[in-house]
Amino acid sequence: MIDWILLFSNAAQEIISPTTAAYALAALGLAIHFGFTGLLNFGQAGFMMLGAYGFAIATLTFGWPVWAAILTGVVASIVFALILGIPTLRLRADYLAIVTIAAAEIVRLLFTTNTFEPVTGSANGLQGYKGGFEALNPLLLFFGENDLIGFGPWVYNPYDWWVRIFGWSLVALAAFITWRLFKSPWGRVIKGIREDEDAVRALGKNVYFYKMQSLVIGGVFGALAGMIFILPRAVVPSNYQTSLTFFIYAILLLGGAATVFGPIIGSVIFWVLLSFFSGFIARAVEVGWLPFLSNVQAGQLRFILVGVAIMVIVIYRPQGIFGNRKELAFVK
Amino acid sequence: MSSSAGAQGAPIKSTGLHIGEPAPGVKKVDPIIVADNITRTFGGLTAVQVEHLEIPRGAITALIGPNGAGKTTLFNLLTGFDKPDTGEWTFDGQGISGIPAFKVARKGQVRTFQLTKALGLLTVLDNMKLGAKGQSGESLARALFPWFWRKEEQAIEERAIELLTRFKLDAKKDDYAASLSGGQRKLLEMARALMSEPSLVMLDEPMAGVNPALTQSLLDHILDLKTQGMTVLFVEHDMHMVRHIADWVVVMAEGRVVAEGDPHEVMANPAVIDAYLGSHHDEDLGNLDTGVMTAIKELADDDADERKE
Repeated sequence: MIDWILLFSNAAQEIISPTTAAYALAALGLAIHFGFTGLLNFGQAGFMMLGAYGFAIATLTFGWPVWAAILTGVVASIVFALILGIPTLRLRADYLAIVTIAAAEIVRLLFTTNTFEPVTGSANGLQGYKGGFEALNPLLLFFGENDLIGFGPWVYNPYDWWVRIFGWSLVALAAFITWRLFKSPWGRVIKGIREDEDAVRALGKNVYFYKMQSLVIGGVFGALAGMIFILPRAVVPSNYQTSLTFFIYAILLLGGAATVFGPIIGSVIFWVLLSFFSGFIARAVEVGWLPFLSNVQAGQLRFILVGVAIMVIVIYRPQGIFGNRKELAFVK
Repeated sequence: MSSSAGAQGAPIKSTGLHIGEPAPGVKKVDPIIVADNITRTFGGLTAVQVEHLEIPRGAITALIGPNGAGKTTLFNLLTGFDKPDTGEWTFDGQGISGIPAFKVARKGQVRTFQLTKALGLLTVLDNMKLGAKGQSGESLARALFPWFWRKEEQAIEERAIELLTRFKLDAKKDDYAASLSGGQRKLLEMARALMSEPSLVMLDEPMAGVNPALTQSLLDHILDLKTQGMTVLFVEHDMHMVRHIADWVVVMAEGRVVAEGDPHEVMANPAVIDAYLGSHHDEDLGNLDTGVMTAIKELADDDADERKE
């Protein structure tokens, strides 16, 4: 028999999981790029990777404190944004797409290559960088290291809670900043650029500079997302393949591209569905409901189901869950 | 009717703009743009080759010429949207050749486009507010702190609504610009350009695709710009409009300025007829473009009518 309680509780765990927070923050960065500014960034995985490796390498190789490690990741992503933006932002939007997708792969291969193994750990990646972050955990003032805290499906030790609190606080802060920015005249210029950059240029705005600012902000959000992503796991280069960027795009379209809360809710829905599907299919194969599938095949089926779910949403609700229906009436 | 309309409903024309005989490159009493030796080639094609051109201040100047004469290219060059191969020009006495479009706009020279560029998924009001110059809330650092720019934003909004009322778009202020009709978008684009308080307004085919009902109102708005002390330079194919509102006409053909003068005289200039009809027009009319022919005929008729009145 299928243990439905277990399935649902596993899915419910994803609502607050740090991975969900990381994807939400990365999608928010992409919303700034794609949804608000119209920049086709297909290299968000590269920004996440720089955040993750910047944090880990600053801690492990240089022995820097947490704040300096975070700063390292952020600075790395800013430099990456400038390198991508300076040659391409003057060109048409599609050039940025090509350059970002290639640059993200270059970054991944650089971190994977054996040449830099002492620093990057090559294909094995890095671990053991969490000490400084663990030591900052305020929950340890009240609880023992191995105490279990929580209720219902959400019962974790203090470190796991600390990662969740930190991750979601960062998401909340980023969402607040984004919301403020896009209610301001700055946001108006950015949205104008998405609609027609020549018109905005004719009104005396330095379009290139605004696009660069947008690329940097979204990229920094991506780098911070990369840091949240590695707190519950190790840094492994194969996690940052192009498919990561496409999952983030899926989340963005699910929630609504030009919204602040869309990417966050989109990420929650994406992970809850993914967890539920994979749990359900694995159990269904075990109890013999799907005799034509092996366990390995079942593991892949969840992505097919998520793909179908996203297609249904994009066809029947193309503005996303939070998008404005009115906006869509005019899409060319 | 507009405030600049004369007793018979015809607009008051500015005269005495030039020094000496009207000819290509003639000196103006008070030029706002002085251009020298501008060339722009696309591969082997010389799109623009202007030796000297002055645009009179405080008047409405029309830039006309057959298709492919280089009018829009010259527009793009003057506004910084394209870079010339050679050439120098000044705006209000400052050299602005080769500086980027956004800086040209900041100096008070604002343009519209042949294919209207309304920002579709911004509301009409947001389109307008975007036009205002020097907003402190447009800097990233201050954008996060509304108390720095809230007052300024209110003032901009008031000015935007005032302009929208003048252009009869105030009822639409909260709609997306994409929901406007073609003519309304032209109006919005013009109103948005005015938000930047320009001294020179450059309109690229303001009448293209506008239905006749809106034509008169657009004309009045252009005439209003002059009454408010702005200079207007526009590209247009509609000869009625040119004759109706232009104080000065510059005719281009094959990249050069072939004639200049007041609208009535310039139409009679043999160089203009050559430009539109080809220099051998009296020998063979077989391949004539009927559209151009009608335009010229209409002009001649109009001219005759007006002289009678």
